[in-house]
Amino acid sequence: MQRIGVFVCWCGSNIAATVDVEKVSQVLAQEPGVVFSTNYQYMCSQAGQEMIQESIHKYQLTGVVICSCSPRMHEATFRKTCEKAGLNAHMVEIANIREQCSWIHKDMATGTEKAVILGRAAIAKVHLNAPLTAGQSPVKKRALVIGGGIAGIQTALDIADAGFDVDIVEKQPTIGGKMTQIDKTFPTLDCAACILTPKMVDAAQHEKIHIYSYAEVEKVKGFVGNFQVTIKKKARYVDETKCTGCGLCTEKCPQKKVPNAFNLGLDNRRAIYIPFAQAVPKIATIDADYCTMLKSGKCGVCSKVCTAGAIDYKQTDTYIEEEYGAIVVATGFNPIKLDKYDEFAYSQSPDVVTSLEFERLMNAAGPTGGTLLRPSDGAHPHTIVFVQCVGSRCDDEKGKPYCSKICCMYTAKHAMLCREKYPDTDVYVFYIDVRTPGKNFDEFYRRAVEEYGVHYIKGMVGKVVPQDGKLKVQASDLLGGSQLHIEADMVVLAAAIEPDETARPLATMLTASMDTNDFFTEAHPKLRPVESPTAGIFLSGACQGPKDIPETVAQASAAAAKVIGLLCKDSLTCNPCTAQPDELMCNGCSSCEKVCPYGAITYADKEFRGPNRTTLLRRVAQVNPAVCQGCGACTVACPSGAMDLKGFSNQQIMAEVDAICR
Amino acid sequence: MMETIRRISGVNPRKCMKCGKCTASCPAYDEMEFHPHQFVDMVETGRIEELMQSKGIYTCLSCFACVERCPRSVEPAKLIEAVRLAVLRQQNENHLTANDIAEKLDPELPQQAITSAFRKYRK
Repeated sequence: MQRIGVFVCWCGSNIAATVDVEKVSQVLAQEPGVVFSTNYQYMCSQAGQEMIQESIHKYQLTGVVICSCSPRMHEATFRKTCEKAGLNAHMVEIANIREQCSWIHKDMATGTEKAVILGRAAIAKVHLNAPLTAGQSPVKKRALVIGGGIAGIQTALDIADAGFDVDIVEKQPTIGGKMTQIDKTFPTLDCAACILTPKMVDAAQHEKIHIYSYAEVEKVKGFVGNFQVTIKKKARYVDETKCTGCGLCTEKCPQKKVPNAFNLGLDNRRAIYIPFAQAVPKIATIDADYCTMLKSGKCGVCSKVCTAGAIDYKQTDTYIEEEYGAIVVATGFNPIKLDKYDEFAYSQSPDVVTSLEFERLMNAAGPTGGTLLRPSDGAHPHTIVFVQCVGSRCDDEKGKPYCSKICCMYTAKHAMLCREKYPDTDVYVFYIDVRTPGKNFDEFYRRAVEEYGVHYIKGMVGKVVPQDGKLKVQASDLLGGSQLHIEADMVVLAAAIEPDETARPLATMLTASMDTNDFFTEAHPKLRPVESPTAGIFLSGACQGPKDIPETVAQASAAAAKVIGLLCKDSLTCNPCTAQPDELMCNGCSSCEKVCPYGAITYADKEFRGPNRTTLLRRVAQVNPAVCQGCGACTVACPSGAMDLKGFSNQQIMAEVDAICR
Repeated sequence: MMETIRRISGVNPRKCMKCGKCTASCPAYDEMEFHPHQFVDMVETGRIEELMQSKGIYTCLSCFACVERCPRSVEPAKLIEAVRLAVLRQQNENHLTANDIAEKLDPELPQQAITSAFRKYRK
């Protein structure tokens, strides 16, 4: 018989306001095996923890039940407390009487009744608990960063500077991400390339960093400290070790009509290309969709002009297998497609552009060489209308329900730069709210209004109609109380941002959770913002939510700090709650092996004693406890009930259910 | 009254974030003393009487541009329709009876207009 102590927490008024804690502790004291029962204002406080430890000694407790908040919150705390008092950590059970009880019930009587039931279930389980000891698993001292934008680069640099090897996997031919396409950065207006390209070079030259460009993560196996990752290096038809990045092939290629993705299709490039002058690695890539040689076998110009002999039309995708201790997701964002917003005439007129396209039109390395010209006729625009919140803050299926966060600031930047470079332009910004929290952000927006004379109008654009080479904009001015009709030369749409389309399949591979918008979920929204709930997976940058550059860099470094903290350890304490097969009951069907997401289950032939002194050879399941993560999938898959999870055995769960139904 | 309008229309005016895209889209803007975003605000703040007195509710073309473009799915046109219905129900009679139609009939007049006159016609 266990000697059980019950500790009911008030959680201030969080629990005590809806649950009669005194009554709960009194009723639970009557349960079989309970030798001590009490309640206290804050069980997790120093005094509360000391009270538990004293009671363990005084009443020689063998099991502890704590009726408090969710085990996700304080299970670890209380286990540590009891361990210090000499109790095995797995002899502690938490009855969640806050999230599952006081927070969801309004009535004191109902709340109290349920708290008692939950307490009973936990007591019933403790009766069947057995001490468990955790094993150790080694940590592979190498990190993988998925995505080579500013987030991935910063994370990789920080991890590498701490002395650990880092691999960056980037799907584009060059690292740098969205920041390479941006012209100036708010609120200081320094040039994006000037601050980014040195970091790209640092990453490339760092002896601890290896960049897999034009590559994708294909498969992920394993668990924290021991991930096995397959990386697919897509065929770029150029030998990376030979190409010098001279760019001769990109000038001689006869296929000139390839939309230039780097300039968002605003101009054309050749079929063999280097995305931009400062690309890292500076290696040419053949676009297989457009290359005449790859499509019809006739051409070969690039091969002829290449003095290094780097062109290899027969190159195929290659696969690399590597082991990592930690994985950082830095897959970033994209502006949403605007084809559902017919009212803004985005697909009808080339003079209606997205803000990212506008960045390219203002960029010295862009299609117009930095002079702002209308895409339709190359004329200088005199009236420019900016529309904010296009697709952000929508509750319909066309847009996104969230605020994209960065648009207010970059629109202020665009408007300001227009007025500065071309004082003869009239610039209108239609806004719903101007949101500028951030260091020097609101001052920046006010400068656009006060010093640069940008017309900020509270209201929205209703429709844009291309007519006679102009864009007729119909909009509302809510503060002025009028409907405006503006003849504009250009309309710039601040499109909402969404996670990259590779994020969802990647999350599945990593078993990392996502929200309904496909942003990665953090382990705790306030206290663990750079970790995924899946151990060993970390989050960096806009894959977790919309972010500007300063925030992205801060989060990237935070993620690196967490990775370094993990890689510093030589071994990790395993979860002792692993699966355990009952070999006598196992029928060797392989159901468990098939459902195990970690590959922890294998089968072996084993001799058993049969009737009349015979021996039987039977095929039975075996679990590798170092690999098993205790998810329990096998226990429900097993048709003969042979598989049990230590600490959560079928018997224990049934005892809990019985206690609830009593 | 506010509740009645909300029930008839099925619209929750609290969803409005006051962006003004409805008013920006409205082709009958110049014909109205209150504009779509104001309709929504007036229903929310309970200024229903003023709305019911307004001529603007009959100049609304029911083109549903505001419904189509609203990013919050507030559907202002449905509110306006609900206010029109409220006016009718309150007076407990139509402005036009079926018997009046014969004398007002004009061969040039589309049938649809006669139908809508049942609710829109006013002396």
